[in-house]
Amino acid sequence: MKLRPWQKWLIYTILIIISIGTLLPFFWMVFTSFKPESEVKLLNPIPQNWNPQNYAAVSVEAPFFGRYYLNSVFVAAWVTFLTVFTSAMAGFAFARLRWPGRDALFTLYLATMMIPGVVTMIPNFQIMVNLRLLDSYAGLIVPAAFSAFGTFMIRQFMLTIPRALDEASVIDGASAWKVFIDVIMPLARPGLITLAIFTFLGNYGSFFWPLVMVKSEAMRTLPIGLMAFDSEYNKATHLMMAAAVMSLLPPMLLFLVGQKYLVKGIQLGAVKG
Amino acid sequence: MSVTASAGSRPVALEGRRRRRPRLGDLWIALLFLLPNLAGFLVFTAGPVVVSLINSFTDRTLLRQDWQWVGFRNYTDMAADPLFWIFLVNTVYFFIGLPIAMAGSLFLATLLHQKIKGVILFRTLLYLPSFTAGVAIMLLWKQLLNPEFGLINNGLGVLGVPKADWPQWLNSTKNLLALHPERLAFDAAQWGIGARDALMLMGIWTGIGGGNMLLYLAALSNVPEELGEAAALDGASGWATFRHVTWPQLAPTTFFILIMSFIGGFQGGFDQARVMTGGGPVNTTTTLAYHIYVKAFEQFQIGYASAVSWALFAIVFAVTVINWKFGNKEDLVS
Repeated sequence: MKLRPWQKWLIYTILIIISIGTLLPFFWMVFTSFKPESEVKLLNPIPQNWNPQNYAAVSVEAPFFGRYYLNSVFVAAWVTFLTVFTSAMAGFAFARLRWPGRDALFTLYLATMMIPGVVTMIPNFQIMVNLRLLDSYAGLIVPAAFSAFGTFMIRQFMLTIPRALDEASVIDGASAWKVFIDVIMPLARPGLITLAIFTFLGNYGSFFWPLVMVKSEAMRTLPIGLMAFDSEYNKATHLMMAAAVMSLLPPMLLFLVGQKYLVKGIQLGAVKG
Repeated sequence: MSVTASAGSRPVALEGRRRRRPRLGDLWIALLFLLPNLAGFLVFTAGPVVVSLINSFTDRTLLRQDWQWVGFRNYTDMAADPLFWIFLVNTVYFFIGLPIAMAGSLFLATLLHQKIKGVILFRTLLYLPSFTAGVAIMLLWKQLLNPEFGLINNGLGVLGVPKADWPQWLNSTKNLLALHPERLAFDAAQWGIGARDALMLMGIWTGIGGGNMLLYLAALSNVPEELGEAAALDGASGWATFRHVTWPQLAPTTFFILIMSFIGGFQGGFDQARVMTGGGPVNTTTTLAYHIYVKAFEQFQIGYASAVSWALFAIVFAVTVINWKFGNKEDLVS
């Protein structure tokens, strides 16, 4: 429908007001991160004296802050790689191959997506204790590297690829592995990238599992480190906010680069197959 | 990789138009593709589900190796514990925000669906809170909600709300339903705005422009434009068109969001409680998920915590089934 000019202006006005409400906390965070300690409790939103040294001071107060950063990126990168790899292979088996028991197993996968994480969390913790993997990278990475949701998403995506393509290569004598690598994987790339972004963002921010797994300061990921920073340096709001800003930079960059995929992926997840 | 050799020797059973019965050999090829994922699934999901159920009938703790069967005692203890019911009420309380959040997401989607310039820019801005959500944002909100120095109360001050009326947010047990913090009872003195409402406000701010809005946006673009135009020609107002034409078309999406919100909501509240409130004041922000964490990882009572986690699962399951039964399931499938 065509909008009259006044309708357009009304929509813009509402959108701008809501956007301001959305952005205000972020501006407050950034401005506070540049304030000297004496100004933190003053009401002026913009610092009178800009104090970029806050950012350097974070790693003086919390010497491991850089390490938290590396831990988070390292763990999230591995989890992302493994999740995409295992989900793509399983998704291919569910979407493209025919075998007895396929639909039953797929239903089982879907059913487990409804089970609360807290149900499986305690036995997973026991497994890690028994394998002596507490406080290790393997303990942070391996249990997170298999995703029923990822399998579901990739399957949905692969179902949209025309069947004629892989049929043609089978007639040409290609093996299942060749079809997977040469035909399906290149076409599934948008779906794989979407899953990769989701997985990275999700794991980068993941809180519960690292909380129970990490014991030493050197193994903390950013969320755990930030929380510790908050309880240990409770009064230093300006440093807290500098740490928060730094921790949000990677997901923001990733979002700007991959926004197109994210939006599509969320909408794909809701489509029943 | 060895898969190549074993799978390459003969034609494979790809799903196709020429259907033939699957053979056992096909299962082996499929299993090779499934193996990495299935192994993880069995070890870290399916196995733990069984172990957790077994745990819930034992007195297992994280402190000792030995344990005993206790039958249903964990479950009866749980049902007899008034705190369990209070935590359940706390968990359900947060659903007050759900209609507001959903209506907000739909409203934003409707605005962004209009043919105006700059839609992508606004969509990006509105999506910002939900993809940055996490510990950093919670710590930010802890500052915003500070009763004396926080941005929110000072914003209220600018709007003319006298300081005596500023909500105490995370420090207060008050709530919109006037629930007593320590008993399952109402108490007029508790009526107001407190910690639970603070977390709800943060949740709405975080979620409103996120995934649900994108789902509505996608659904709106699937509503045939002719429908709205026909209604407009018949003289229907904008609201009537929305109510009788667009809204029914959005039913599958609304139903999907509702089910996912219930499933997520019952399991929710852990991060906020751990990072922002410690479950307080006076337990008011302790949800079932946080309760399970405290029992298992702070008091080491694995058996009892497992029983509570199964109760939580039972609730989620029951609510989903009820939704499914009373919701229009053809909506979702079609």
